[in-house]
Amino acid sequence: MSEYALETKSVIKTYQSESGTIQAVDDVSFQVSAGEFVALVGPSGSGKTTMLSILAALLQPSSGQIILDGQDLASLDDRKRAALRREKIGFTFQANNLVPYLSAVENVELMLRLNNKLDKAGKLRARELLARLGLGERLHNLPGQMSGGQQQRVAIARALIHNPSLVLADEPTASLDTERAYQVVETFAGLIHEQNRAGIMVTHDLRMCEFVDRVLQMQDGKLVRVYTGKEEVMQLVRNGRPSNN
Amino acid sequence: MKQIFSVSGYLAVKEVWRNRARFLLVSLVIALITLLVLFIAALGEGLGNGNREYISKLDAQLIVYQAKSDLLISASRLGRERLAAVRRVDGIADAGMLGTASANLILPDGEQTLKVSMLGVEPGHTGEPRVVEGSQLTSDQGKEVIIDGNTALRSDLALGDTLTLRVTQGTNDEFYDLRIVGVADGQQYSLQPSIFVPFNTWDRIRPKSEAEVNSSNLTANVILVRLNDPAQIEEVSSRLVSQVDKIETATLRDAIQALPGYSAQQSTLNTQGGFTLFIGILVIGGFFQIQILQKVAQIGVLKAIGTANPVVAASSVIQIVIVTVIGVAIGGLLTLLFSLTFPPTVPIIFNGTTSILAVVAMLLIGPLGGLVSIRYAVRIEPLKALGLSS
Repeated sequence: MSEYALETKSVIKTYQSESGTIQAVDDVSFQVSAGEFVALVGPSGSGKTTMLSILAALLQPSSGQIILDGQDLASLDDRKRAALRREKIGFTFQANNLVPYLSAVENVELMLRLNNKLDKAGKLRARELLARLGLGERLHNLPGQMSGGQQQRVAIARALIHNPSLVLADEPTASLDTERAYQVVETFAGLIHEQNRAGIMVTHDLRMCEFVDRVLQMQDGKLVRVYTGKEEVMQLVRNGRPSNN
Repeated sequence: MKQIFSVSGYLAVKEVWRNRARFLLVSLVIALITLLVLFIAALGEGLGNGNREYISKLDAQLIVYQAKSDLLISASRLGRERLAAVRRVDGIADAGMLGTASANLILPDGEQTLKVSMLGVEPGHTGEPRVVEGSQLTSDQGKEVIIDGNTALRSDLALGDTLTLRVTQGTNDEFYDLRIVGVADGQQYSLQPSIFVPFNTWDRIRPKSEAEVNSSNLTANVILVRLNDPAQIEEVSSRLVSQVDKIETATLRDAIQALPGYSAQQSTLNTQGGFTLFIGILVIGGFFQIQILQKVAQIGVLKAIGTANPVVAASSVIQIVIVTVIGVAIGGLLTLLFSLTFPPTVPIIFNGTTSILAVVAMLLIGPLGGLVSIRYAVRIEPLKALGLSS
């Protein structure tokens, strides 16, 4: 068993287009430990969203390995990948995160329901988690009755409720104002550390990296730099843009 | 499997309940289609029954026609000598003559008339219907009559009353009074309520052309035959054709199919029913297809968080079933309420079998109509649905 919760080895993803072969992800290797929150940053078209999709078992890499809890995602068929997403991965997306006809608590419980683990303790945990995220009064609200920030917090609760090994967030603050964005990412980071999950957040907003442990910078499909340690990460946040070296 | 149905059922019910106005609207459309399908089925049954009721209730297995009459009762002519010959054939338990004609029954108010099928039958023989009230015909030429339930319902005549018939014989309108000795159940023939008179009386009072008025030839249209052993229908039929001159035979089923207009009428109504069901498939299919298109992102999220395809498909099927069942139930109820308002003259019969068949067909068209949308839902790529694809 690997010492890391997640490990990618020489991941490549190529697409064929009319203008030729596009290398969306080019030989990317990194590791994330349990309890570590990592940001994946880079300009538009740098390959970070493709990388996230591969990590989420939504997209097969052209080559390379993605090892989650000792299991290589690239070798799984569709059915097994769906099962893996259900059991071992937690998600939040930019928008349209929640099932619109389920209330906040029902959306969170859905992950337990899908995993056939919805019992009294699970229901209680879902309520407690939502309460911790400041949604104790919103348990029975439908997504349409909540603000964008509240919806994101419900999505965070849903991503964590089933104790996944890996939590992925795709631009979780894209539709939020700055204050709400900070709140959401801070809460997210706190829960990932507290629950000892491996967390990866794709973001274009470097200010949000304030709460992560490491920053992986991508460019043209390649992993060009890793910012490790609080000092380095905070310098990146203060600069507001990645350095060139 | 249990887990699939548990999750899909939960998702389906929640979505239907939280969007109940939208789903109810579709259920109402299905209800209207159900109403139409049930009415077409009932109309087919009513019209078919109006044509065949007497024949289908006969205590007979074979009908003997004049040869080359194309199984048309009104075109067939058979005399007494054929009846005697038929009765002599082995395997025949009983045979009775049947004469058919139309007459105008003068209603008790003296002004209005009711067109009835006047059927001449031999008292005590095959062809005379069983009465549910009163007695059977007693004399071969008496002025007595059995009326069927439809005649009683539409004329207000009752047992013991005397009815008056107006028939045209030659160039004159003649009036005949007959005493009602019995009332039978529904025995419609040729889409008219029926009255039954002794055969000799029938021959005397039936509408006649000028030439027939002075003729003494006693002819029936067909002979109704009851067999000792109904299982030997083929053998007895062959024997009849070989031993009796210039006849042809038909089973009751074939005789009904050969009734004028019967097959054409039934196939027309069946086609209408089929088209209505087809429209139902398109409506349900269209609705669910649009609905799936509207929630591509939502299905994408469900799949992205690990919802298996069977759950997505089963959830769609369950929704379709819920909407269809509610629609069919409302449609059935509406049909029942409407049917109570129809007068007995409207030929609509909600026969259990045809109604159940129509309901089952309606219940099946839901999932059938939704097949395309279910296939579409299963094929949604979460990556594209969530806008994550490059």
